[in-house]
Amino acid sequence: MKNESALKDWTLIILFAAVVLTMPIWLKPLGANYPDLMQKFAIFGLFAIGFNILFGLTGYLSFGHAAFLGIGSYTAVWSFKLLTMNVLPAVIFAVVMAGIFAFLIGFVSLRRSGIYFSILTLAFAEMSFNMAYSVLTPITNGETGLQLSLKDPRILDNFQGEGIPITNLFGVKMSGMPGFYFCAAILIIGFFLSVRITRSPFGMMLRAIKSNQTRMAYTGFNTRPYLVWAFVISGMYAGMAGALMAVTDPLAGAERMQWTASGEVVLMTILGGAGTLIGPLIGAGIIKYFENIFSAFNEQTLNEVFGALPDTLQNIVVKIAGLFVGEGWHLLLGLMFLIVIIFLPGGIMEGFRRLGKLFRLSGRSA
Amino acid sequence: MDTIILQVLNGIDKGAAYALIALGLTLVFGTLGVVNFAHGALFMLGAFTAVTLRELLTLSKKVKDESVTFFDAYKEIPYLEIYLGDFGTAIVDYAVPLSILIAIPFMLLVGLVMERGLIRHFYKRPHADQILVTFGLALVLQEIVKKFYGANPIPQAAPDIVAGSANIGAWIGMADSMVYPWWRLIYLAFALAVIFAVFAFLRFTTFGMVVRAGMQDRETVSLLGIDIERRFTIVFGIAAVVAGLAGLMYTPISPPNYHMGMDFLVLSFVVVVVGGMGSLPGAVLAGFLLGILQSFASLNEVKSILPGIDQIIIFLVAVVVLLVRPRGLMGRKGIMED
Amino acid sequence: MATENIIFHVADVHKSFSGLHALSDIDLGVKEGETHAIIGPNGAGKSTLLNVCIGRLKPDQGTVTFDGTALTGKQPHEINQLGVVRVFQTPEIFPDLTLMQNVMVPCLSKRDGSFKLNFFRRMSAEKDIKELAESTLVDVGLGEQLYNDASSLSRGDKRRLELAMGLAQKPRLLLLDEPTAGMARHDTNKTIDLLNRIKAQGMTKVIIEHDMHVVFSLADRITVLAGGRIIAQGTPDEVKGDPKVREAYLGEEQE
Repeated sequence: MKNESALKDWTLIILFAAVVLTMPIWLKPLGANYPDLMQKFAIFGLFAIGFNILFGLTGYLSFGHAAFLGIGSYTAVWSFKLLTMNVLPAVIFAVVMAGIFAFLIGFVSLRRSGIYFSILTLAFAEMSFNMAYSVLTPITNGETGLQLSLKDPRILDNFQGEGIPITNLFGVKMSGMPGFYFCAAILIIGFFLSVRITRSPFGMMLRAIKSNQTRMAYTGFNTRPYLVWAFVISGMYAGMAGALMAVTDPLAGAERMQWTASGEVVLMTILGGAGTLIGPLIGAGIIKYFENIFSAFNEQTLNEVFGALPDTLQNIVVKIAGLFVGEGWHLLLGLMFLIVIIFLPGGIMEGFRRLGKLFRLSGRSA
Repeated sequence: MDTIILQVLNGIDKGAAYALIALGLTLVFGTLGVVNFAHGALFMLGAFTAVTLRELLTLSKKVKDESVTFFDAYKEIPYLEIYLGDFGTAIVDYAVPLSILIAIPFMLLVGLVMERGLIRHFYKRPHADQILVTFGLALVLQEIVKKFYGANPIPQAAPDIVAGSANIGAWIGMADSMVYPWWRLIYLAFALAVIFAVFAFLRFTTFGMVVRAGMQDRETVSLLGIDIERRFTIVFGIAAVVAGLAGLMYTPISPPNYHMGMDFLVLSFVVVVVGGMGSLPGAVLAGFLLGILQSFASLNEVKSILPGIDQIIIFLVAVVVLLVRPRGLMGRKGIMED
Repeated sequence: MATENIIFHVADVHKSFSGLHALSDIDLGVKEGETHAIIGPNGAGKSTLLNVCIGRLKPDQGTVTFDGTALTGKQPHEINQLGVVRVFQTPEIFPDLTLMQNVMVPCLSKRDGSFKLNFFRRMSAEKDIKELAESTLVDVGLGEQLYNDASSLSRGDKRRLELAMGLAQKPRLLLLDEPTAGMARHDTNKTIDLLNRIKAQGMTKVIIEHDMHVVFSLADRITVLAGGRIIAQGTPDEVKGDPKVREAYLGEEQE
């Protein structure tokens, strides 16, 4: 029994690793196999997995997780500026820093539940965002965003070459494909951890809290530390995602902390399926993929796509489709999200389950 | 003393906008039990009815500009001016207040459709789902507006006659330097009138009495055989109108853009929380208080002691209130106090 | 009453709600291993008393002690960790979890205490916990639905699941709030059997119950409440014979 399910976990992880690492191959037909986009898949996948540990397991809906993303990015860039261009310290510092902030914010916010919790997290995130834009300019460089410069000390690097150096992992440059593989490796580790958390007694307690928090107290559990830890862990995931953004592109801006960014990770998690292991990843992948594809579309490409249609029809179709591409991509995203929330609250994963059931039923009757 | 009065005045118009949005937000929460993240979008839609009306009124004909003689120049003259002359010009000038006439039926319709078509189906779903669906709706609405009007703010002028500033200092025997834009005074008066109207409506009509009873105890009221659901739909419509009017009148103060709704919404939540979820007087009081507080926090003297305080003061207040007194200033005990 | 082996003691408890006396002058001691029933007509203050016992309500006056520790003012989870477990009247379960998980949660509470950060441990490796949960569920007669979602259970089965959740913690004191309400006669008898079996293991119990059949089959001692006061206390036979009790309660029951 014990070995069997451990085996199942490992199969899942290995399968997952294989899928992630072969992304450059199977994304080719989709036209999405370039490093920038694949890095984004991995980074936002990580962000969404982490968010899901809080929202999916405990049901506490945070509207301020982007704050930790921003903190991760800023910390990583500072590590590049002050210490070294090696990404390892940057990533470690970012996670620790995000963890500390998540503890502080979580400790306070988790004194309330339901919408009050959502509003508290939103308030904290907006405060961080506003401060990053104004008073904290010495740390965040305000509107311009924090960037590397030639004058940075970088006390651990003795490299004195031309121009601004590139982030590296012990000499391997972290741009392009190596950067993707680094993000992918971290995503795989993050996924592995989330599987273990979900299947652990701790994870079961989190789900029990979601199901009936009062009962947990009368069962002898102090629910606060459970929730605070879930919040901290998911904040650390966000910090890691923020650090990876800085690793692949070493700058950090306050807009990463804005509530719209927090909203995005909520969308990803819900779209894929909150509370499931793979769902948030699928959500993140879909949103980033379509964002990339659709926002690049313009009238001309649309005309090419629908070129086979009769002229008048083509004009109409292009006009309508034009609403949803390019700048209008967000409209499509909003609609998609609305449809999922209304008809498929369990997200795409629930859709799969329903389809599976349908097939099994029709198979049986046939 | 001058500075204090001036800061109060500066804060009060923003506070009035907060109060109006929060009023609808808390009305909807108190009656329907729904936390409406799309309420800010209603504020934004209201603002854009003013924009739309002005665009319609200024539909123009291209005519040759005769005053330019050495090349062919064209200028655009609104049809309204062509057909109605000076009267037409006057109508364009009054576009913002005139749009109230369109905004009331339009916002009512939007509100009813929203409640009937979408929000109604979420009464029984968890709060998180309600937040998410209204959040999604807000995204869609603001993207639609962005599609039609672009991302840049579109300035709206107040009618010429009130374009200047009132010399409040002279009225109350203070320094002449104390001036205050006329339109902001009008906004304040307008907000007070709307607030008064909503309160009077709820207090003195049978409809309002039923709604208030429903806010206290929904089940009992529906046991009495009163169709409370239909009344709640209308309440939602009223909240939409109030938000829309608040947005529309705000356009001369701050040029509307597609995301103005969300900016105000976040702050209005804070206002509702501070005032007490479901408390109408609380929302109004907290709206004005926070507006004024924010304006004092932006004083240079304050900022030199606590740098950046103006950016976070409202959120800070929200955090403190939620932790120390979760039912807010005037909320009923027990609401959400878990 | 010998005081040395009294493990649960409610002393001089008063509680009023906005002037209305819900409980006055409540004194009651439960000996180790004993099953103590609290009965009384509706509104006698039974639920209030129970809520005071588990710390949900704070008494205006008086103390509740368990094994020498005052329970008043303690958090619910602290009281539970002392070994005082309550089984609710309206089933309080985890509807989104399976029956097994529902029972494993209290098992883990008993073993790991009120908080443990064991997020790297596999649930599937918790063999002892699983066995304990399974046998407890079989005991209460839910052995055939171990992996169903708890929300799919009937109301009666939910109550049995709750009982299993309470029993799985092997409490030192079990507070049962009408354990058989909403059950058919057949199920009631099974529950009585189960509770009698547990009694043989020496678990101390306080039962609040309406059903006289249940009370007289289980209780060693009975406390009768009426109007927030104790009107009689003693063995089932003593209580049965008490004219005050007949007047206040049993009389109407026998009509």
